[in-house]
Amino acid sequence: MHSKSIAELGAAMRAGEFTSVELTRHFIDRIDRLNGELNALITATPEQALAEAEAADRAIQSGKAGPLTGIPLVQKDIFCTRGVKTSCGSRMLDNFVSPYDATVVERLKQAGAVSLGKANMDEFAMGSSNETSYYGPVRNPWDRGRVPGGSSGGSAAAVAARLAAAATGTDTGGSIRQPAALCGITGLKPTYGRVSRYGMIAFASSLDQAGPMTRSAEDAALMLQAMAGFDPKDSTCADQAVPDYSAMLNDSLQGLKIGLPREYFYEGLDSDVTASIEEAIDLYKQLGAEVVEISLPNSGLAVPTYYVVAPAECSSNLSRFDGVRFGYRCDDPKDLEDLYKRTRGEGFGAEVKRRILIGTYALSAGYYDAYYLKAQKTRHLISDDFKHAFETVDVIMGPTAPTPAFALGEKVDDPVTMYLNDIYTIATNLAGLPGISIPVRAVDGLPVGLQIIGNYFNEGKLLNAAHRYQSETDWHRQIPEGFA
Amino acid sequence: MQWETVIGLEIHAQLATRSKIFSGASTAYGADANTQACIIDLGFPGVLPVLNEAAVDMALKFGIAVNSEIASRSVFARKNYFYPDLPKGYQISQFELPIVGKGSISIDLEEGSQKVIGITRAHLEEDAGKSLHEDFHGMSGIDLNRTGTPLLEIVSEPDMRSIKEAVAYARKIHQLVVYLGICDGNMQEGSFRVDANISIRPLGQEAFGTRTELKNINSFRFMERALNYELERQIDLMEGGGEVVQETRLYDADRDETRSMRSKEEANDYRYFPDPDLLPVEISEERLQRARQAMPELPDQKRQRFETEYRLSSADALTLTQSRALADYFELVVATGADAKMTANWVTVELAGALNKAGLDLSQSPVRPKQLGGLLQRIADNTISGKLAKQVFEAIWNGEGDADSVIEAKGLKQITDSGEIEKIIDEVIAANPKQVEQFRAGKDKLLGFFVGQVMKQTQGKANPGQVNEILLAKLKG
Repeated sequence: MHSKSIAELGAAMRAGEFTSVELTRHFIDRIDRLNGELNALITATPEQALAEAEAADRAIQSGKAGPLTGIPLVQKDIFCTRGVKTSCGSRMLDNFVSPYDATVVERLKQAGAVSLGKANMDEFAMGSSNETSYYGPVRNPWDRGRVPGGSSGGSAAAVAARLAAAATGTDTGGSIRQPAALCGITGLKPTYGRVSRYGMIAFASSLDQAGPMTRSAEDAALMLQAMAGFDPKDSTCADQAVPDYSAMLNDSLQGLKIGLPREYFYEGLDSDVTASIEEAIDLYKQLGAEVVEISLPNSGLAVPTYYVVAPAECSSNLSRFDGVRFGYRCDDPKDLEDLYKRTRGEGFGAEVKRRILIGTYALSAGYYDAYYLKAQKTRHLISDDFKHAFETVDVIMGPTAPTPAFALGEKVDDPVTMYLNDIYTIATNLAGLPGISIPVRAVDGLPVGLQIIGNYFNEGKLLNAAHRYQSETDWHRQIPEGFA
Repeated sequence: MQWETVIGLEIHAQLATRSKIFSGASTAYGADANTQACIIDLGFPGVLPVLNEAAVDMALKFGIAVNSEIASRSVFARKNYFYPDLPKGYQISQFELPIVGKGSISIDLEEGSQKVIGITRAHLEEDAGKSLHEDFHGMSGIDLNRTGTPLLEIVSEPDMRSIKEAVAYARKIHQLVVYLGICDGNMQEGSFRVDANISIRPLGQEAFGTRTELKNINSFRFMERALNYELERQIDLMEGGGEVVQETRLYDADRDETRSMRSKEEANDYRYFPDPDLLPVEISEERLQRARQAMPELPDQKRQRFETEYRLSSADALTLTQSRALADYFELVVATGADAKMTANWVTVELAGALNKAGLDLSQSPVRPKQLGGLLQRIADNTISGKLAKQVFEAIWNGEGDADSVIEAKGLKQITDSGEIEKIIDEVIAANPKQVEQFRAGKDKLLGFFVGQVMKQTQGKANPGQVNEILLAKLKG
């Protein structure tokens, strides 16, 4: 059951081959058996899942089922879930049970999906390896000595190991696409504003975007269909119609113009990864696409820009975790200052503190112009690069990450090297563009991701291009050893 | 040394929206602690602000009223600091790009002249909650009901040169926001809060002196007292060879003094930056046009109209337009056909006096505009004399009915039948031959005596004009 796609599972349930309760039990059982070695979930909610599955079965029986009815998922633990612990991977929220559902959670519930639990993640989504989680690192199902990527590492590992049919993720600088690449799954970061941020614990508000993490583009289309759309609770959410993504999946790629940014195929890119990406692009040529080299001249500014903007916003966003109203509070504070200092000193991990410090510095009087304001300007330059590129090409392709999954502990003490893992993904967040990562030829048994970047609100085109590739290949069908 | 006072004010007017500026929670005052704070006000993880457009409309009204430049694009920014009554750890405010730009308002000075005070800007922001430091046995209580209440912060130029001017300006802004219906103006409940920046400089010097900022001023009376205390403190300091330190000082009304709250060195670095959760506020030309069309008549416009339309003295026009309610009352009385000048007198003297004595608000007046109008018409058509009218007014006040029924019931109808008056005058003249003789000998002031006698005979009901006229004719006879 667990190797079927969402569409196949839905069809099987509607045909009466098995029920959602049976399917949900099957995934709960897999989580019980296999999550221990992966640490992909922080919280499992089997009772809630079974109750939702029963409701789904009733809907299926009465013919009211939609494509996600009865499909078991996991939610990244950054999404607020009513009555369920919502930790954001942090000690700060280890005791926090949300009183409300995030819009994404609400919409997936309305679509009939079943939530198996909450996926592990880097603390407050800050990390590229899932090693900053208060709940310990997630292990990559393809090699348990390696990282799954981050920050949505738990979601990626859970989907890769078939502990759930799909997962939700969030992406601030690559947090959906990079773990999707490292775990061999499909991960889509939509256009900024495509999916509501309400109830998604903010890291960097102008960059954060939720999206699906699935086994295929076809599944991602179904997930995005339910997640996307205007939400009056989020002022930055776009009031734009959501197209029928599934209907576009099989569109022809004849004449599709693919841009390859020369800056993405330069130093630092693993040669085996280069070969896998080039092989994938050759397939696109065979499918009728036209490939041109393009330039995104300000690509080099993306990482430094990001590491001003994101920390600046996070330093403010995380101020609410002060031990006063919810979450962790230090023992016996002497006075107010002691309460703040120890609560935040003890409640946040090292990477979160590092970013709060960077961001506080960047926003301080006397430094604001040199850092924050400058970063806003370079952010514009980066967006303009893409704008120019999309005047001549339909999509941009390149690697998602410079290397396959690296070893646990390998980069944990070297933040700058760690930050460079997102060198290809960060620019799209700064520009607000959609991007998808799909698995292509693996290198030494480790997955490699191809990133496809599209113009604003062109998720349909990305899913179409991804799906056509997946119709010709089976990299997305590979299951890591021990999880078949 | 002669010192010149320089004052600028920052006024926080709580906007009279039903719900908060970024959430749907109620803004009603006086609810049990923490019952009017929703998860957005509480700054829960994941929540987002959504701007209440009613607050924007109110800011527009204010901006138009003070002839300000309205920003076609203004931006909400985060003002970051930690305090337990500030749930998010930042206040959403406007910093670089406020919605209301430069404007001005003119104030009336005592000698009857006017002075224009510049308004630097007015911006929208959310209020914080309240920290309660008493009654918690060494701990502090937090009430977050007020969190997220919309505020319009109105910043003046340092244009005021005396405490009187500062109070006049604050009163003028108060009058305006209440007129516009954008603030209830209740200073006790904190709906209208004044922070004053004050400094002194030797008369003739151009550069400003070092200023202090006074907080916690919750009435105009306290404002005057706080500024007086601070002014003297600064003069004493300077004349004693000391220096004024730039700091925030708290006014303590019980002790009638100001004391240091925090100095410039301790001031926070607020790390302002544009709030990424909110889009810039774009004001279209159409929206501004609609707002202009929806503007009520402003106090100064109303005052001018009262002078020209009703031919009132500028003093009466000023008094009557102090509040919209009073002006409306006046116009309702006039609408019944009453004489405007007479109405002005009655409203500002008799009615105001009675209300004041009874401790009532105009809205609680037992005498309705229509009733007062009825009374004034009976004076105008000579049914009753002005003197008796006061009796009738009292009766209406006491709920004894309208003017006509009171006049009827009490038999207060004025005697205007000149035959009848003549008859009484003849009797009075006949009864006082000595006085008649004296009058005719040139003792003119005895006329008052005769009038008094006539009025006594008629219980004050004789028409005074006619009495005078007939008496004079007969006495001089």
